Amino acid sequence: MQQSQCTKWMTHGEAGLMLFFSMAAFVCAFAAAKALDAPFAFHASLAAVASGVASFAIMNRYLDRPASLPPEEINGKPNYNVGPIKFASFMAMFWGIAGFAVGLLIASQLAWPALNLDLPWTSFGRLRPLHTSAVIFAFGGNVLIATSFYVVQRTCRTRLVGDLAPWFVVLGYNFFILIAGTGYLLGVTQSKEYAEPEWYADLWLTIVWVVYLVVFVMTLVKRKEPHIFVANWFYLAFIVTIAVLHLGNNPALPVSVFGSKSYIAWGGVQDAMFQWWYGHNAVGFFLTAGFLAIMYYFIPKRAERPVYSYRLSIIHFWALIFLYIWAGPHHLHYTALPDWAQTLGMTFSIMLWMPSWGGMINGLMTLSGAWDKLRTDPVLRMLVVSVAFYGMSTFEGPMMSIKVVNSLSHYTDWTIGHVHSGALGWVGFVSFGALYCLIPWLWDRKGLYSLKLVNWHFWTATIGIVLYISAMWVSGILQGLMWRAYTSLGFLEYSFLETVEAMHPFYVIRAAGGALFLIGALIMAYNLWMTVRASEADVGTELALQAAE
Amino acid sequence: MKAILTVHNIASDLVTSVWTPIFVGLFIAIVIYALWPRNQAVFDQASRMPLRED
Repeated sequence: MQQSQCTKWMTHGEAGLMLFFSMAAFVCAFAAAKALDAPFAFHASLAAVASGVASFAIMNRYLDRPASLPPEEINGKPNYNVGPIKFASFMAMFWGIAGFAVGLLIASQLAWPALNLDLPWTSFGRLRPLHTSAVIFAFGGNVLIATSFYVVQRTCRTRLVGDLAPWFVVLGYNFFILIAGTGYLLGVTQSKEYAEPEWYADLWLTIVWVVYLVVFVMTLVKRKEPHIFVANWFYLAFIVTIAVLHLGNNPALPVSVFGSKSYIAWGGVQDAMFQWWYGHNAVGFFLTAGFLAIMYYFIPKRAERPVYSYRLSIIHFWALIFLYIWAGPHHLHYTALPDWAQTLGMTFSIMLWMPSWGGMINGLMTLSGAWDKLRTDPVLRMLVVSVAFYGMSTFEGPMMSIKVVNSLSHYTDWTIGHVHSGALGWVGFVSFGALYCLIPWLWDRKGLYSLKLVNWHFWTATIGIVLYISAMWVSGILQGLMWRAYTSLGFLEYSFLETVEAMHPFYVIRAAGGALFLIGALIMAYNLWMTVRASEADVGTELALQAAE
Repeated sequence: MKAILTVHNIASDLVTSVWTPIFVGLFIAIVIYALWPRNQAVFDQASRMPLRED
């Protein structure tokens, strides 16, 4: 970095990473040759190829770049690093459509089981984790990485730390997704919900995540603003907690270092407790804290209004942090988990009403003085409706954690409906809103290609969500009531098959809702693509005019 | 006598140990900090951070 202008040197990062990836390519090739099972051989080969490509790409990048690295500032303004953000935004859209499409497929499989095709790779059991991981970790994760890198730079007024490190984070994370997703299709799984990837994928994610944490924290450390904006607190909580959860829930011992199968360090109720401590905090810190960070930056920015109450945002943050971590046991009501632990989980879940609604009110009230914009700006409408869904699903969640309610709702479609009002309505819409803002900003466009198409997206997806969640509510409650119905002689009124049959119409409605949501996302992808492409001509003519003047 | 390592024992030890009062105290301190009148000006400025353009 401090070299003279005429000599060009590799940075420590470039040389170190090239060495690392060259060695990794050999190690992975060796592992592929020694593999005990076919999926492991496939993954090791993928990793070997990817490492080789990475090494080659670093060399190529070094040869092409000027002697000095990009400056921290240009003309006194921070020189923001947008390349990795563009990549993560693109991948978010890609994985979003893939994840929604697989969701539609498995919803249709439940309505028409013949769609399982009688093949192991296309069976519901393997496609379901593909869907959940694609939408949560691939779509949601890329949105979070993209927005966190954007927001931390803007609110700290400084360039992202590292030259290759941010690229390592976005590329490494997406490689993890590739390994995890192909693994599910090939039957590689730890069988832990939302933590299905096997030991080697987990190890790789640990490395990527630590680099993510370092890049984020070091960018905060060299900030030009004295105050750390609240969105960054939420992002940091998300990154730190996911690291802790990931390590806590995955202490598995592989059967062989050349095979995909591993066993978790503990079993039975201990494993269940850890699993749902992990599972619920993945909801709390991945799907909530991270996306609340989006809310606290993008809604004020889009509405051009300050955060309604910054004091409330501080209390919101800390209340959420202190309470959420305890709520997990509500996933294990009426199981072998000690009763007091179940009640503890329920109590903390109910207490979560307060920070959740405090946060929702803070997001919604940020529009005070700008409510009229909801009529004219469908992007802002999407962001605001997402917060309304956040309020709705965080009301429903604690209610379902109450043991009596849970005795009816647990194991039924009500849970699926609840999850999707949060996932489609809150996480989906706030992500769409953020991407609609982000893409024109990143590519220096004046605005989106078409606000009309955003409107179409908004209404298609909203109707889709309403169909989805109302079908699952009815289906879930019906299912729960049928399971617990007794005859006057004390026998179960319905056989299990009868309850499954009763679900059919609701499964069809749910699939229709999912199809609408997917169509909305396709409209969005077209709109964003045209925003990046079509405006190039406009920008070009503007520049040409300036030059002529 | 050494306690048996179970989820119950680990969790109840943690809850009944000093951490509960420490966390509650910490949270109360945060709420006081957030509501302290003199901090209002800083928070008003901070609430406008997303709106600043460079």
